[in-house]
Amino acid sequence: MHEMGIADSILEAVRTEMVRCPESRATRVGVRIGELAAIDAESLRFCFDALKRDTDLAGLELEIEVCPRRHRCKLCRTEFTVRDYDFECPQCHGLASECLSGDQLDLAYVEVETHEPSTAGAQSS
Amino acid sequence: MNRVPLERKVLSENDRVAADLREEFRQHGVLCVNLVSAPGSGKTSLLERTLEQMPRSTRAAVLTGDLQTENDAARLRRFGFPVKQITTGGTCHLDARMIKRHLEDWRLEDLEYLIIENVGNLVCPSSYDLGEAAKIVLLSVTEGEDKPLKYPTIFFKAELMVLNKVDLLPYVPFDVEEAVENARMVHPAMEVIRVSCLTGHGVREWRTWLEHRRHVFLQTREQPVA
Repeated sequence: MHEMGIADSILEAVRTEMVRCPESRATRVGVRIGELAAIDAESLRFCFDALKRDTDLAGLELEIEVCPRRHRCKLCRTEFTVRDYDFECPQCHGLASECLSGDQLDLAYVEVETHEPSTAGAQSS
Repeated sequence: MNRVPLERKVLSENDRVAADLREEFRQHGVLCVNLVSAPGSGKTSLLERTLEQMPRSTRAAVLTGDLQTENDAARLRRFGFPVKQITTGGTCHLDARMIKRHLEDWRLEDLEYLIIENVGNLVCPSSYDLGEAAKIVLLSVTEGEDKPLKYPTIFFKAELMVLNKVDLLPYVPFDVEEAVENARMVHPAMEVIRVSCLTGHGVREWRTWLEHRRHVFLQTREQPVA
């Protein structure tokens, strides 16, 4: 439901980043979304494509990495992925664990292409 | 091709404002809680009961969010506490900037409690930090027991689940134990209070929870920030 706002924040972050490297063009942005983040990847992609159209970032691709819910067993410290609310430790079968990750909504990277300095640009440096 | 690592949150701008708010709440000893539920679970009714029973000497204030209308603020103002409506115009959640803007003409040093009633929605509000000390989720017995499994994010992030409308339990096929079990499946440490805003059942327990929570909040804020 709020994927439009999230998509807008991603584009905004890329623009902010590109201010620092004016010679470059952003080609791809990577985000990490946890299973618990309440973000639908397909919906986010739809919003992202709609918002970037006819803008300076029209050529920007979105790469989404969906991250599982990771827990650590409080007894034997084993780290494991939780599926279907099964919290049993695969190592010691204990049921007490703490959540390590799974609700992230992170910008991972942006890929940029640096423009070759064109002769027509007449840059004197 | 060059890959530039960003490694920050998508909502880092919201989180920055929320962190400022949290620091202000900490400095002034204001316990801020963020009430989240589906539309119609009883957030406003719970606040009506809360304010009605709160001693007038308690310095509490409410921010209430909706897409349109001042209706909720009008309902809540009757009790004499400062109340402000945030109309989002269409946005399905409150964000930290809206909170900051609406707090501008309130003096935080005059407050002990700030209760934020979020827009009725179990999904989007869970992504936006408002600087609160605790998120509280309401579930009413006319909804399904499996809500915590269907909408895990907010149940994962909430400290307390208020199970509302328990006066209707004789009339609806709702299994309380199963609902609590589901909530604790998502969030093992979830606290639960059963409430009926109609009869007043459980409202005292909820108010005690708030008082206790503020006590804990004041104690932890004395400790130096790590």
